[in-house]
Amino acid sequence: MKRRAIRDEPLFFERNPRRVRRQGYLLPALDVPDVEASVVLPTELVREPDPHFPDLTEMEVVQHFHRLSQLNYAVDEGLYPLGSCTMKYNPRLNEQTARLPGLTSLHPLQPQSQIQGALRLIWELGESLKTITGMPGATLQPAAGAHGELTGILMIRKALEARGEEREVVLAPDSAHGTNPATATFAGCRAQEIPSAADGTIDLGALDQMMDDTVAALMLTVPNTLGVFEHQILEIAELVHSRGGFIYMDGANLNSFVGRALPGLMGADAMHINLHKTFSTPHGGGGPGAGPVTVSDALLPHLPVPKVIRNDNEFELMWDDPASIGQMRGYFGNFLVLVRALTYIWSLGDTGLRSMSEVAVLYANLVRHRLKGAYHLKFEAPSMHEVVFDDSIQSRHEVHNVDIAKRLLDYGFHPPTMSFPLIVHGALMIEPAESVAPEEVEAFCDAMLAIAGEVETDPELVRSAPHDTPVRRVDEVRAARNLKVTWTPDEEGA
Amino acid sequence: MHPWVGAGPEDRRHILSELGLKSIDELFASIPIGVCVDGLDLPPARDEDWIRRALGEMATANVSMDSVPSFLGAGVYRHVQPSIIDAVLSRAEFFTSYTPYQAEISQGTLQVIFEFQTLISRLTGLDVANASLYDGATALVEAVLFSHRVQRGKRDLVVVAETVHPIYRRVLDTYAEAAGVEIVVVAPGTDGRLNPDDVRETAPDRACCVAIQSPNFLGIVEDLPALAAAAHDGGALAVEVVTEAVSLGLLAGGGSFGFDVVCGEAQSFGVAPGFGGPHLGFFACTSKHLRQMPGRLVGETVDEEGKRAFCLTLSTREQHIRRAKATSNICTNQGLMALAATVWLEAIGGIGLRELATSCLARSEELKRRIADLGDPWRIAYPSSPTFNEFLLVGPGTGTELVARMASEGVLAGIPTTDWGGSWPDGVLVAVTERNSAADLDALVGALERLS
Repeated sequence: MKRRAIRDEPLFFERNPRRVRRQGYLLPALDVPDVEASVVLPTELVREPDPHFPDLTEMEVVQHFHRLSQLNYAVDEGLYPLGSCTMKYNPRLNEQTARLPGLTSLHPLQPQSQIQGALRLIWELGESLKTITGMPGATLQPAAGAHGELTGILMIRKALEARGEEREVVLAPDSAHGTNPATATFAGCRAQEIPSAADGTIDLGALDQMMDDTVAALMLTVPNTLGVFEHQILEIAELVHSRGGFIYMDGANLNSFVGRALPGLMGADAMHINLHKTFSTPHGGGGPGAGPVTVSDALLPHLPVPKVIRNDNEFELMWDDPASIGQMRGYFGNFLVLVRALTYIWSLGDTGLRSMSEVAVLYANLVRHRLKGAYHLKFEAPSMHEVVFDDSIQSRHEVHNVDIAKRLLDYGFHPPTMSFPLIVHGALMIEPAESVAPEEVEAFCDAMLAIAGEVETDPELVRSAPHDTPVRRVDEVRAARNLKVTWTPDEEGA
Repeated sequence: MHPWVGAGPEDRRHILSELGLKSIDELFASIPIGVCVDGLDLPPARDEDWIRRALGEMATANVSMDSVPSFLGAGVYRHVQPSIIDAVLSRAEFFTSYTPYQAEISQGTLQVIFEFQTLISRLTGLDVANASLYDGATALVEAVLFSHRVQRGKRDLVVVAETVHPIYRRVLDTYAEAAGVEIVVVAPGTDGRLNPDDVRETAPDRACCVAIQSPNFLGIVEDLPALAAAAHDGGALAVEVVTEAVSLGLLAGGGSFGFDVVCGEAQSFGVAPGFGGPHLGFFACTSKHLRQMPGRLVGETVDEEGKRAFCLTLSTREQHIRRAKATSNICTNQGLMALAATVWLEAIGGIGLRELATSCLARSEELKRRIADLGDPWRIAYPSSPTFNEFLLVGPGTGTELVARMASEGVLAGIPTTDWGGSWPDGVLVAVTERNSAADLDALVGALERLS
């Protein structure tokens, strides 16, 4: 993917080595009397100037970040088929609406008469998400998917407490994303794993045995991380509900069935929705996301505060409610992310959202069709929006999923997900998402097939990849052994 | 057809025929009929103009902090916003990319995070900082849970200053119950500052940590060395919360005075108020406890040719490896906001940050002086306590009433303390930044005069 020479970019702290005074931004002129900080403030608390925090010109700063940007891959560059991440196009219209001054320069604690538009916006998105999931309640507070999971499990605990029950086990399938068990622990519960059946879905017999009166909830992802729909979802929900448990649905894979099925009909009691997956808000190199949670009637009283309430055409904030689990974060959510998601939902509308999911599923099946045979498919059940191959054919030549991933970088594609599901050894979890034109999906398949060929003819070429990236294979073991997580002045030679 | 969906009817037909299918419905056959629907009760697709107009109407139905003299703070501040921040954030290489798991094609994001970690570490006076957390309130939660882990779960008490932001304390309450920790609140003295002896009396010998905020909710700068000592005397960790990160331009971070954790909200570094989010939680601690730190961390290493490179590291603490035993369930954090803060800090510069913070201090001091000159019925609640850029103003009526009266005079005077309770007088927190001109100060003082 190297198109031209890229210079090594020094760290900020290595710039302006003579530490001369430069100016990166012109501050508003001081039009009040100046003060001496160490006189106004307790002297011992005032810091000494930091000699290792340089000042640069504006252009130096712009060049620094421009050059750094050139070292990154982007959704706009090509297919980004990370399974379970739904790396779709981030519409530029979203970026415009989220920068409207009446939304960005708004303080969360302004009087309610000054924030009616913002409250309406939150309310509108909540209503849309309720329609999309077929569930009667929603909170937009959670900052990310894992935060939504925690919100959901805390609501379930609260509902059990209201019933006078103490249940502390949270069941999750062995195919689950790592956040599910981590959330259970964080919520003060105990995570227990349910084995998968031969087709990769939940083993109903095992669930039947484990589902007793210590179980608070079953957390499950639909479709699961193999991209397989839990075809027995109604039986699962019936079993869990009949024994007093709740269904927590991980909505990471919602992109596969919007407008075609409703979690509300599946028996979900709580479900988080990753707006940065299904509803196109950017991943931002690791956030911010947003993880709104929709809930069933059973959890409605326990939604977090503050809640946005509609009274005719007025919107109000309710800060206190004794039945609520309380507040999950500051204020009302990652508001400017919510603006982007509402923009996306409005733009696509009813039929657009449905075709979004249909094409996402179609593309995953195209990949499955083209790569099957060249790569091994451990679970043959029908694929929804993603397909999980493994490296068992390639590992005969001592080439592993990581090597295939790194070789894909040379072909100009981002690799698939490899860290899970744990039930597929050497996983290559591929989710094309619906945004690209078909030729881009086909080009990715061609690259994967070419690599499968290279594994047969020249495995060392694949094992030693990447060859064409800004840096060669990065030594992650050394990073963990010789921990260096901040720049320190000594190495500067000063 | 829609421009954001890659395949229209003809493309769909071609692919379906390659797959040997007649209808798209066949791909959804594994979904039980009982949960299926045929479409959604949502409006039809809308064009760009329609959406810009509809959202534009919602935006103008709000009163923007830019439209009138504004002194709103209490944890969310309006500082300078250099134009280059949005220019950098708008680069697709930054905003459309994923968490940098594939180091070879993510060196840009990784180096930015490494620089962010270093900047936070230097500002807080601590060895290490992570790649970000959701916001200041959840950063406090993580600091408390971190302390609980460091103390091996043997100390279930948490001492929290009443002058920690009340919303942060509310959020902490939500999590504390699930984590099985008990919160004890310690009130400030009559000067609005925390008394180290009061901290000692709250049993820090049973507490995993003592969490204080400086400048505190009332804007007052706390006696950090004495408070760290009070916490440590009982064997508790000392946690400093910072909600106005710009204060770190003048005030040394708690790490310089023995604090074990400095965490909080870095929205002030180039992130818009945005009606409360996305903001930028940060977390710094000593290297001794690095392995108990929550969240993502970037480390320096080399590639196979020995060239300097960066990658995510110590992921054995994190949920995707450690699952139920992870230090936190956090996955997606606030990456793009950490980029904003990094661009902001690097554009403002080290000396620049000091000047900017001094400008806040000078304007705030000037406003305090002018309000003191007004005299009755206006007064500053704690006139002799040191503040950075925010202070509590009291007058006739409640804070909420005062804010409403000032709004009708065309000034957003501050955040009322009315609804948050507390052992302090009901009033208005007035925050002053480098963006409040002398004319803004005139507007506020003039309005107070008219309301006298």
